[in-house]
Amino acid sequence: MLKILKYSFYDLMRSSWSYVYFAFYLVLGIVLLFLNNNLSKAVITLMNVIIVLVPLIATIFGVMYYYSSKEFTELLLAQPLNRSSIFLGQYFGVAISLSMSLILGLGIPFIAYGLLKSGAIWDFSLLLITGVFLTFIFSALAFNIALSNENKIKGFGYAILMWLFLAIIYDGLFLMSLIIFEAYPLDKVSLLGTILNPIDLSRTLILLKLDISALLGYTGAVFKQFFGTSLGLIISFVMLMIWVILPVLRINFKSRKKDF
Amino acid sequence: MVEITDLHKTFGKNNVLNGVNLNINEGGVFAILGPNGSGKTTIIKSILGMVIPDNGLIKVCDVSIKNNSIYRHKIDYLPQIANFPSNLKVNELIKMIKDLRGDTHHDKTLIKTFKLEPFLDKKLGTLSGGTKQKVNIVLTFMFNSPILILDEPTTGLDPISLIHLKELLKAEKSKGKTILITSHIMSFVEEVADEIVFILEGKIYFKGSIAKLKTKTKQKDFEHAIANILTKEDA
Repeated sequence: MLKILKYSFYDLMRSSWSYVYFAFYLVLGIVLLFLNNNLSKAVITLMNVIIVLVPLIATIFGVMYYYSSKEFTELLLAQPLNRSSIFLGQYFGVAISLSMSLILGLGIPFIAYGLLKSGAIWDFSLLLITGVFLTFIFSALAFNIALSNENKIKGFGYAILMWLFLAIIYDGLFLMSLIIFEAYPLDKVSLLGTILNPIDLSRTLILLKLDISALLGYTGAVFKQFFGTSLGLIISFVMLMIWVILPVLRINFKSRKKDF
Repeated sequence: MVEITDLHKTFGKNNVLNGVNLNINEGGVFAILGPNGSGKTTIIKSILGMVIPDNGLIKVCDVSIKNNSIYRHKIDYLPQIANFPSNLKVNELIKMIKDLRGDTHHDKTLIKTFKLEPFLDKKLGTLSGGTKQKVNIVLTFMFNSPILILDEPTTGLDPISLIHLKELLKAEKSKGKTILITSHIMSFVEEVADEIVFILEGKIYFKGSIAKLKTKTKQKDFEHAIANILTKEDA
């Protein structure tokens, strides 16, 4: 698997997309720091961007890489390699190179601005960690969708829909259900609803760490109680882990049964 | 060498292989023939483990290929359409395959034979179809595996390269290798093949030497013998 990972990684490092992604984050980091003139504020603005954009980019990139490396995959399939190492190697190649672009692209301007000496370092690290989690989750989901769809256009369509659902529609439905059932005690339900969506989970996690949960009102208090404790933090990370592991297992399972 | 028992495969509603039984012994050139869509490539891809059969057993060198990948060390495969990662250079591709399969020195002589030196530093995406096929041939023949599987090896080759290919096949055959070929160029098949396997509607319709096929169909030349089978089936 490591050999495949190496080749996928090199392949991606040479493609201009990784640099575009890297440059995008670099510019974003610089602009945010310049506009906010304050590390902590820049971190908050950055969160809103990361929560939405990282999943989108990971999704598109994952689907695109799978389809464009089809030839490479077919070449590898005829070699004495087992299938899970081919597909997992490619998946980790994509996820790792995207994560690297994210970490380096945002890390460089923030460190240059004096992050290491400021108090925002933990918030910033948490932001990057969730960003990396989201990259791994959404590129795995994208690989799943691509593996199940021979047709590129369909694959792209489903992948974008998936992102749209988790990033936007889910929130809408969630909010509507809270309004409809407002007569009932909903703190547990809303907690569960948050945990089941990796984007919501990441957002809540970061908001609470940034200590702006007061904005969330009563539910915020419940959340604070849950996420603020070390148990809450552990559960959130475990959930994010599960969100990575399940799609990866399905990549493994699906790839073993597929015809090429 | 290769043993196929009761192989079935359906793609969606399309029933491609319908209980194929095939036994290929060690040594010699076997040509798998059949009309378009008869399941030739599916059989080959099943042997390589790229297509997962619905039913049936495939053994390569007496070992079942199910959930196995090591046996592919014994097979060199030339795919039908040479699709390579387009932003890789020829050199890098050869190096990569060597890295994955083990080192070999045959590539240098093969590159010379097919005059690929000027293309070594070019990206695969910029090569013409024929040149890609030559690279494909180099990648297939540079390892010394006991089984060779060639899916339409003549596609896009110029006459000189075709002669080189035939010479290569002869040399490999004389080493006692088992070679499986599919092709639609009957003159090529007649020249290189020892035995014919004819597939029709997902089943083995005929297996034997060219001479046997001629007597069976009462035709004097090979091309007509094949055509004879097909027209009889249509009637």
